[in-house]
Parts: sequence; structure tokens; C-alpha cells
Amino acid sequence: MTLIVDDLTITRAGQPMVALSCRVAPGEVLTVMGPSGSGKSTLLAALVGALPGGFRMAGRVLLNGRDITGLPTHARRLGILFQDDILFPHLSVGGNLGFGLPARVPERDRLIAEALEDADLAGMERRDPASLSGGQRARVALMRTLLSGPDALLLDEPFARLDSALRARMRAFVFERARRRGLPVVLVTHDSADAVAAGGPVIDVQGRPVALPSP
Amino acid sequence: MARLGLLAALTVLGLPVLAGLAGVIGPAFGYLPALGGQAFSLEPWRGLLAWPGLAGAVRLSVVTGFLATLIALGLTFLIVAAWQGRPGFAWLTRVLAPMLALPHAAAAFGLAFLIAPSGWIARGLSPWATGWDRPPDLLIVNDPLGLALVAGLVVKEVPFLLLMTLAALPQTDSHRSLLVAQSLGYGRTVGWLKVVAPRVYAQIRLPVYAVLAYAMSVVDVAVILGPTRPPTLAVQILDWTTDPDLSLRFQAAAGSVLQLGLVVAALGVWRAGEGLVGGLWTRWATRGARGVVADPALRRLATGAAGAVGLAVGLGLAGLFLWSVAGLWRFPAAWPEVLTLRTWAGEVVALGPVTGQTALIALGATVAALVLAVAALQARPDPGRWVLALIYLPLVVPQIAFVPGLASLALVLGLDGTAVSVALAHLVFVLPYVVLVLAEPWRAWDHRAGLAAAALGARPARVLWAVRLPMLFRALLAAVAVGFATSVAQYLPTLLIGAGRVGTITTEAVALASSSNRRLIGVWAVVQMALPLAMFALCLLLPALLFRNRQGMRTG
Repeated sequence: MTLIVDDLTITRAGQPMVALSCRVAPGEVLTVMGPSGSGKSTLLAALVGALPGGFRMAGRVLLNGRDITGLPTHARRLGILFQDDILFPHLSVGGNLGFGLPARVPERDRLIAEALEDADLAGMERRDPASLSGGQRARVALMRTLLSGPDALLLDEPFARLDSALRARMRAFVFERARRRGLPVVLVTHDSADAVAAGGPVIDVQGRPVALPSP
Repeated sequence: MARLGLLAALTVLGLPVLAGLAGVIGPAFGYLPALGGQAFSLEPWRGLLAWPGLAGAVRLSVVTGFLATLIALGLTFLIVAAWQGRPGFAWLTRVLAPMLALPHAAAAFGLAFLIAPSGWIARGLSPWATGWDRPPDLLIVNDPLGLALVAGLVVKEVPFLLLMTLAALPQTDSHRSLLVAQSLGYGRTVGWLKVVAPRVYAQIRLPVYAVLAYAMSVVDVAVILGPTRPPTLAVQILDWTTDPDLSLRFQAAAGSVLQLGLVVAALGVWRAGEGLVGGLWTRWATRGARGVVADPALRRLATGAAGAVGLAVGLGLAGLFLWSVAGLWRFPAAWPEVLTLRTWAGEVVALGPVTGQTALIALGATVAALVLAVAALQARPDPGRWVLALIYLPLVVPQIAFVPGLASLALVLGLDGTAVSVALAHLVFVLPYVVLVLAEPWRAWDHRAGLAAAALGARPARVLWAVRLPMLFRALLAAVAVGFATSVAQYLPTLLIGAGRVGTITTEAVALASSSNRRLIGVWAVVQMALPLAMFALCLLLPALLFRNRQGMRTG
């Protein structure tokens, strides 16, 4: 599975915001860094096909050889994790995972139970997401995305809201699972520690390499 | 699909109003082929001008409209200015919300019972203070100046404007503005009035226009509380419209056009007044008076105003209930000598079918409104100026100006007198409220939930049904409660479109207004208020019950 961004440019009112070509190999984490307002979130919005009105986009996005540029969000097979977990508040933990699992998949209960076990949340199917801790909720959100069977993973500062001890554990947890499944990952962040932990190339929204401060 | 829904919603809002207006403008100038009016004529206007009560009715419409609107708006601002951010405020808003579900007619009956010469106020003061041992022969209710009518409108419009103000507050940055004003040394109430009030007013301008138009042209409240000889213009128009002498229809249509003109002119005057008051307000605000000394007095005044409104409604409704179960109740006793269910037992056979019919019509109109509102919001989450104006159109154009025209059209098309056509007529008034209740939560919904669902592979329809609608369940039910109450409260559309063959609790209750049988009025008015309140309670309980294990659904 490979994610290819081919000569992607995004402009707003004629002003260029993003100009990027890149190739993310299976299991590789590409980090896009920059201060807030630099167009990182715009890049992710463009990749998932949710660019707000007022932006213009050119170029192509290829996932696994499929041109997904013109597809609606639900058909792109791009998993996304936000700064907040965005678990659906009206569904149980198991219900949220079931929402992610495609309808045709058999043995749903077993898969959901295994996913919870993998996230160290065994037996929590019926829990109210609001009753979980921040770290537990973040893990449920990741599992929900992985169960939907994405071909790539987009991370929109998903560790920013976690406290520092939790942040390191959660990074390892996410990257390890993405690597295990061979998913190309695009991580957007302003935290250089995220970029160091990701271990892959680090660029800005113009595609220029960003030098990380030495540890 | 959603665009189609938006179009349908706008059609529901705009078309009946325009068609109804066309349906009165024609007859007002002599054109109504069904009644033999073929040629243009000014005869209807001559008839209208020949009515001796005209000058008084016009004056009454203008005076009650402005007085009720000014008092209601003033009290609303005073209450919010003195209370926003204080501990009691949250409680106040919780008490107010169900008051919106109260039909105008029930509140008016309650007030009439309270202030009547034989009402609780007179009983409480007699005989020790007044010396009365029988109800005095005073015209307190139906007074010729229309003061009882103004009072009845104020107690019902204050809760409405308060809720509209509360909805507008988050968009005005009121907390920080108030904090800044207070840190500059301003008293809380005066600071709020100087800094926040102008911005809130800009937000609630359309609801205020709706209150002004409503107060000028209301029929059911005027039948219950307003002057009778001569009545208000709107009531007189209704009398002519429903008169067996069909030739009076032309005169009635001319009256409708006059009422419309009065409301349009009054709105123009109000608009001009906004500029004037705005200028004076700015000068007052920039003069620098801190108003710290006035603060406690203003706060007491606000508390008194809120208390008076609450008591007027609360005691009025309690009085209605008590009369419905009262046996012998002598003046000036504060309590009936005997409590009995005899009146209820006598009415139960008549109540059952009418209540069922009322509920079915209200449910039909509400469900249709909900579907249209969701479709319209899905197509256009941020209504533009024109869409917003169109939403308010049925609330600002007086019912008495276009519903008679709509009824003539329904008659010509053979669509009058069925429950479905009454529900459709209600939809015109239910839809605006449903949209107004739903619009803000719909807009405030976290769009990332939709994006997350789509990224998990959910199609747009599934995002709507499985994520957005369940997450907005509470707001949807609030819209249902308000829509249902709006439908139950409709008097004029029910009366005219129902054509005497379809009645609801409200038409039956208002029809009793001229009778002096308080026990009977009590029974019907209690049912009239209980029905929407029951729906309100259900709409509060249902989400709490369904999502009792979901903390994340407690708000929103």
C-alpha cells in the first residue's frame, strides 16, 4: 500500500498555501510540520476530500494505484484521527467500533472484542465512551479507524491533547499498529517530538525538508 | 434531495402567505367570482368605513401592539440585564422553556380568571380591603382601553423574547463584554444595557417584529381579554368573515387589507424608531454614567417583573384548574366549598375525540415540519438574509390578513374542512418555529464527527441518519415540542380552514369565551394547556431515558 501525492497545490484567493509532491511507502510515517495556520490542516482536508469552500486544488492523490482525487470521503479508504477522539457520544464503545467495521464483515463481535483486547480495553464493549479516560478514548478511536480497513492513515495532531507520559505511549501504540499493517501514514504536527518519534522524513507544506533539533 | 427539501420548505413558508394575501386583496376590491363579485369596486371599503367602530379599532390595534411589544421587550432586557450570569438565571430559563409551550388562549383565560372582579386578586383583597361581599361591577377583563389584552400579550411574549435573547447571547460575546464593562466600573445591569443590549437587539430584531405584528392583529387572545363593543379590528374582521351574510366577506377582506397596512406601517415606524433610539442609546452609553447606584433598584425591579409574569401565568393556570373541579365557590372565599369532578365527567365524552384530533393534527404538522426543516438545513446550514426573512414571513404577516384568503382558496379548491388541510395550514406556522429551534444546534454540531464517520466509510445518508440525527436527538425533540405546541395553539387557521367541520381543543375553548361558565372554560383550557405540556415533558424525558448511559449526550 502506497500513498502518492502528485503535484498537489492548494490556493486560497490566488494565494498558494500548499505545494507538495511526495510518496509514502507502506509502514512509513511522513511528518508534515509547521506552525498553526501554515496550511497543515488544509492539506489533510484536501487528502480526505473535505476541503472547505474558497480553496482551489490541483494535482492528484493516488492510493494503492487508485486515483482517489475526485472520490467522496467515504470512498477513499483513508483513515483519519483528530486531536480529539471524536467518538460518537450516542453509541457505546462497542457501537463505535461496530460503526467502523464494514457491514459485510462476518464475526463482528469477535473482531470488536479482539480490537478492544489489542487496545488493552478487553470487555469494555458496553461502556459509555464518556466514562473512559483520555488515553482509553484515543485508543478506541484508533481501533475504530483500523477496523474500517483503511489503506492509509492520516493523523491530525492526534497526540496534542494527551499529557506527556501518555503521549509517548500513544505514539508508540499508533505507529506500531500502522507499521504492522503496512499502512502509509501522514502525520501533521507542530511538535518536533512527534516527528522524532515517527522516524520518517519530515517536510513542510511546501515539500521542503525540515531539520529537527538534535535531541 | 436536500436542495429539493429546501425548495419545498421555502414554498411552504412563502406560497400560502402570498396566495392568502391574493385571496383577500381580490375581494377587498370587489372581486370574488364564487360570491358573484366580478367587477372592480370600492364598495367593500365604503362598508368598512361606514362601520362606526373603525376609528376605535384602528387605535386599539396600534396602541395594544406598541404597548405590548415595548413592555415585553423592556421587561425581557431588564430581566436578562439583571440576572445573566447569576445563580438564579439557569433556573429561570428552565422554568421559562415550558411556558413557550403554553397556548396563548390558555394563558389568556388564566389571566382573565385571575384579574376578573370575581378572580383571585379581588377575592384576596375582599372584603377586608375593598369592602366587597359580591364581585364588583367593574370591566377589568374586556376593558375598552385594551389593557387586559396588553397584559395577556405581555405575560406570553416575555417568555418568548427571553428565550430568543438567550439563544442570541452566545453570539454577542456577552460575558466578556459585561466583564470589561464591570471592570471599568459599571454596574451589572446598566453595563449590560449599554454594552450587550444593542448587540442582542440586532440579533432578535425579527422575533420582535413578529411580536409587534402578532400583538396588533391577534384574534384568540383579543376574543378572551380584549374589548367587546367595539372589538379589535382583527376580531371584527373574523366576525364578518364568519357571518352567515356572505356579502360581508368583501368588507372583511377590506378589513384584512387595512390590518395588513396597519402592521406594515407600524413596522415602518418601529424601524424608524430603532434608528432614533439607537442614536440616543449610543449617546447615553458614551456619556459615562456608571449606574452603580441604580443597580440594586433595577435588579429588584427585574426580579419583580419576572415574578409578576411568572405569578400571572402560574396563578392563572392554577385558577383554571381549580375552577374545573370547583363545586360551589362563593365570593369572596379563596377556595371552593366543594371539589367535584362533575364538570369533567360531563365533558369527557366531548373531550376525547377533540383531543385526539388535535393531537393527530399537531403530530402530522410537526413531523412534516421536521422533515422539511432537516432537509432545508442540510441544504443550507447557514440561512442567508432572504431565507431568514422568508422563515419569519408567516410570523410577521398577520394571520387575519392572509388566512381568510387562504380559506377562500381552500373552499374554491374543495380542500377545506378536512383534518389534513388543517394540518397543512398549521404547517405554515409550525415550520418557522421548528427551523428556529433547530437551526442553532444544527450549525453548532461538530462537523468533525461527520468527517470521522465519512472517513470510516459511511455514505452521506448514513452520516445523517446514524450520526448527525442521533447526536442532535435532544434538539430534534425540542423542535418537536415547540412545533406541537404551536399547532395546538393555532386558532384562526383551524377555525377558517376547518370550516366548522374540523375543530381542535383551541377552537372549542375559545368558543366558550363568551359564555360565563367558568367551570366549563376551566376544563377545556386545562386540557388545552395540558396537551402541549405533556408533549414537552415527553420530549424532555425521552432523550434522558434513551441516553441515560451516555454522559456525552447530556448537553447539545
